[in-house]
Amino acid sequence: MAIHWFKYASPASFYGLAGRMIPWFAGAAVVTTLIGLYVGLVLAPTDFQQGDSYRIIYIHVPAAWMGMFTYLVMAGWAAAGVVFNTRLSGMMVQALAPTGAMFTFVALWTGAFWGRPTWGTYWVWDARLTSTLILFFLYIGYMALRASIDDPRRADRAGAVLTLVGVVNIPIIYFSVQWWNTLHQGASVRPGSSSMATVMLTGMLVMAVAAWMYTIAISLARVRSIIIEREQHSAWVGELLASEGHDAVAGTSRGAMGSNQQGTR
Amino acid sequence: MKPRQKRMAIIGGGLAALAVVAALVLNAFEDNLLFFFSPTQVYAKEAPLDRPFRIGGLVEAGSVKREADGLTVAFKVTDTAKVVPVTYKGILPDLFQEGKGVVARGRLGPDGIFRADQVLARHDENYMPPEAAYALDQAKKSQGSVVAPAGGYGK
Amino acid sequence: MNWSSFSDFLAMGGYAFFVWMSYGVTALLVAAEVIWVVKQRRQSLARALVQRKIREWSST
Repeated sequence: MAIHWFKYASPASFYGLAGRMIPWFAGAAVVTTLIGLYVGLVLAPTDFQQGDSYRIIYIHVPAAWMGMFTYLVMAGWAAAGVVFNTRLSGMMVQALAPTGAMFTFVALWTGAFWGRPTWGTYWVWDARLTSTLILFFLYIGYMALRASIDDPRRADRAGAVLTLVGVVNIPIIYFSVQWWNTLHQGASVRPGSSSMATVMLTGMLVMAVAAWMYTIAISLARVRSIIIEREQHSAWVGELLASEGHDAVAGTSRGAMGSNQQGTR
Repeated sequence: MKPRQKRMAIIGGGLAALAVVAALVLNAFEDNLLFFFSPTQVYAKEAPLDRPFRIGGLVEAGSVKREADGLTVAFKVTDTAKVVPVTYKGILPDLFQEGKGVVARGRLGPDGIFRADQVLARHDENYMPPEAAYALDQAKKSQGSVVAPAGGYGK
Repeated sequence: MNWSSFSDFLAMGGYAFFVWMSYGVTALLVAAEVIWVVKQRRQSLARALVQRKIREWSST
């Protein structure tokens, strides 16, 4: 098994593996999003105290979870990159950051539009909201740091340090509503228990799965471009370009999401 | 030590050091991170009297009184131990309700009345259809029990 | 089914502005990210191809 995994740690074989996995995750993302939206927006009843404004939860909570979880995955890849010194690790961190930032922004944005009708304000500086804003700045900071360093391998190392330092913020976000007095309410869903009606909970969990599928599909698609850019002088990229590069440039390829068999060699 | 083990040791040590630093910083900022004070904390003189602060708790049932101008509201904030009277002139959020959570920002006057310039509703983490909430309410009434507020107000 | 009509659904019990601002902006951001990733793939392939051609030319 170990040999199997290390084989895919090389960008060349991971490129092909990612290409074969993308259609499945993208398809799963579309299907789960449609089911989740149907359950959340059509089937689920109105909430007893918040009326229909609570329906923002179907985006807000999955986005907030994904924003935090993506950061943990980035930190995992960053740690692996520092320990094993593999090229793929830095590329994965690079590929995950924009999606993590996007979901964190969505959590902040939808939270504002949820807070206004329920709490009476778009924003307050309580511990939960402030620490989530810090998470967004960590993502932005990582991308800015990468952009400022020309050598990709040095950017990997600097980015890994920033990512690992910032990981302390994740438990702070998660436990902020327990550790301090916050305007934000406590967690509705905790391991083993929930304070939501079943239909509502189902819709939210399906949307959370959709966010996972989307993040996997989009970051695999992005890492393929990053691999091409960073490995363009290698022999295998040369063969790849000879077989599909012209098509892609001419715009007649199956596109970024399309599977391809060339990457497997 | 192999280079790999050395790198792992450095990362582990670095993260441990960071965790300690973060814990110290958070401890130092604990007071500033308190978004609101409970009535009990206000009575214990933990809240600043010389500058505006926030008070949080439940709106005491039966305490909401509207003045003749239709804008000024008086109500009492409770954490089930202590009660602080509040006055506020302005529009209340939709979820402002007796028996529900509230966070008000303002100053505590020498007369013991908290004059708020902003009132926010603090809802709990329960989500259910109105029928289920009604059924739950009826069940509670028939038992005659008092259920502690969810979410934990004050310490 | 929670709604009696489509306009009832759109009105979101009076919270239409807040609900649709949340869902709309999220949909826009997701669409923008997908388009960006597709473009990025075309560009990275094109750039790698040009680099390779330049190297082939200069070596002959």
